[in-house]
Amino acid sequence: MKALLVGEYREGKLLDSTYELVAFARELGAEASMFLVGSEQSLPRYDGTVYLADAAKHGEFNPGAHKQLLLEVIEKEKPDYVVLSHSSYGWDLAPRVALALKAAQVSEVVGVAGGSLVVPVCNAKLRRQVKPKTATTVVTLQAGAFGLPDEPAGTPVVEKVDADAAGGLEFAGYEAAEKTTVDLTKADIIVTAGRGIGKPENLEMIAQLAQALGGEYGASRPVVDAGWADHNRQVGSTGQTVSPKLYVACGVSGAIQHLAGMKKSEFVIAINTDKDAPIGEVADVLAVADVKQLVPALTEKLKAR
Amino acid sequence: MKLLVCIKQVPDMESRFKVDSAGTWYAESDLAWRMNEYDEYAVEQVVQLKEQHGGSPDITVLSIGPDRVKEMMKKALAMGCDRGVHVKDDESHRKDSFEIASIIAEFAKDKGFDVIFTGMQSQDRGSAQVGVLVAEMLGLPAVTTVVDFSFDEGAITAKRELEGGLKAIVKARTPALVTCQLGLNTPRYPTLPNIMKAKKKELLSVEVGELLKVEELLTTEKIYFPEKKGGGLILEGDVGDLADQLIKILKEKTGVLA
Repeated sequence: MKALLVGEYREGKLLDSTYELVAFARELGAEASMFLVGSEQSLPRYDGTVYLADAAKHGEFNPGAHKQLLLEVIEKEKPDYVVLSHSSYGWDLAPRVALALKAAQVSEVVGVAGGSLVVPVCNAKLRRQVKPKTATTVVTLQAGAFGLPDEPAGTPVVEKVDADAAGGLEFAGYEAAEKTTVDLTKADIIVTAGRGIGKPENLEMIAQLAQALGGEYGASRPVVDAGWADHNRQVGSTGQTVSPKLYVACGVSGAIQHLAGMKKSEFVIAINTDKDAPIGEVADVLAVADVKQLVPALTEKLKAR
Repeated sequence: MKLLVCIKQVPDMESRFKVDSAGTWYAESDLAWRMNEYDEYAVEQVVQLKEQHGGSPDITVLSIGPDRVKEMMKKALAMGCDRGVHVKDDESHRKDSFEIASIIAEFAKDKGFDVIFTGMQSQDRGSAQVGVLVAEMLGLPAVTTVVDFSFDEGAITAKRELEGGLKAIVKARTPALVTCQLGLNTPRYPTLPNIMKAKKKELLSVEVGELLKVEELLTTEKIYFPEKKGGGLILEGDVGDLADQLIKILKEKTGVLA
């Protein structure tokens, strides 16, 4: 079995998520090679062939061109699996490649069971086992679902890939996140507000609990999207990745993208009315209660100590 | 200017799900249905685009599914879409992303839409494939995961959301397709007069057989609840007691209250 791994490169650097692709190939027991639009200055620590296209020429985000370059390598390698991260890059590129190959695509794979692939359904409340009907399968992997047991090592054999590849999009640059005074990545204690807080005024009680515990408050994506909290407070794959000693998730259901941002927390307390909420999967303690009642009660008792 | 927005009806994600009798999908009984959240942003964006262009653009909203999806389509019409196309399919939940995209592309191929909008993914399947596949099938540029959108003189400028707060600014000539991310705008609530007006708008029905020309590329073997592996402590009861128990745990298990 052969796998072609599509590494990811951003702002001049290889992303660590590339090693999750290597881990997946190991789990499959597949012979793996890698495709990367990057540069020789930032190659993966990897014992194998890396088909390298130049990001300076082809752009870091140029899906039409990357698709054509990748298809050339696929033609040469004839892999059973083409493997990408389930990331903004991966989920944009994967369907383009799958359609060109007339291959099945399985998105956001979290596991392998026999010959089939496991994917989440309904915000990870359910799981689905799927089987491709095509010889080649394009897969994207959920962030953090696969990891290497040891530090990545090795030096790749580089084979250059080039072509006159074009795309229908013009990339006009990156826009960085605003610089802010809050740095959740350095906080030891984070109390996070989820959709379950109900209304913007209730953010104050979350901030108060954070203060009573001597920490910072964070927010889940819906709370930020609704404009109740600033983006720099957002915990999750599109916000901050945090690793505090204590993480208190208040009314956070635990969408996969949120879990990806907080699962390195040492101790997790979740407060949620739904006993089956996915946040329960990563919580050390799940208090089944309405945050609007339990959070003020807890804050008061903490202050009274 | 002709615009298409594709929407899907999904269960409320807070529902208590059950596995269906075939063991391959969730059971439809006892579920509350709503518009896929990502698609609400798509509908809002397309309506805003019409408003910005003096009401001349013409918006078609399309949805695939059983008759119940018409209720959700009426909301999109009340938000400002001009007409609906319901692709009637009682088995839409069994179709993979490739089949769903093929149905949409088959419908759209000769209609001359300038911009097609979809959500970036559905809340139930979450494959994030359909929008890109439709674009590729129609030979259109696709911009995914859009959090900011503007249109001017045959070109779109969009910000796509990457990881860790970073965004990429991308431009494309129309016709083009965009997939919408949460937070792109603030979806409106339909007003009562607009709900009344929506009842008079055209809602065309098309049998799925007329548009589906391909076969599935993957099959679902089974669907199941993940094993509870967390093994975390679950506390229930009176709020005051819960607060006391949490303080005890904080003292014993964390260094936070030392």
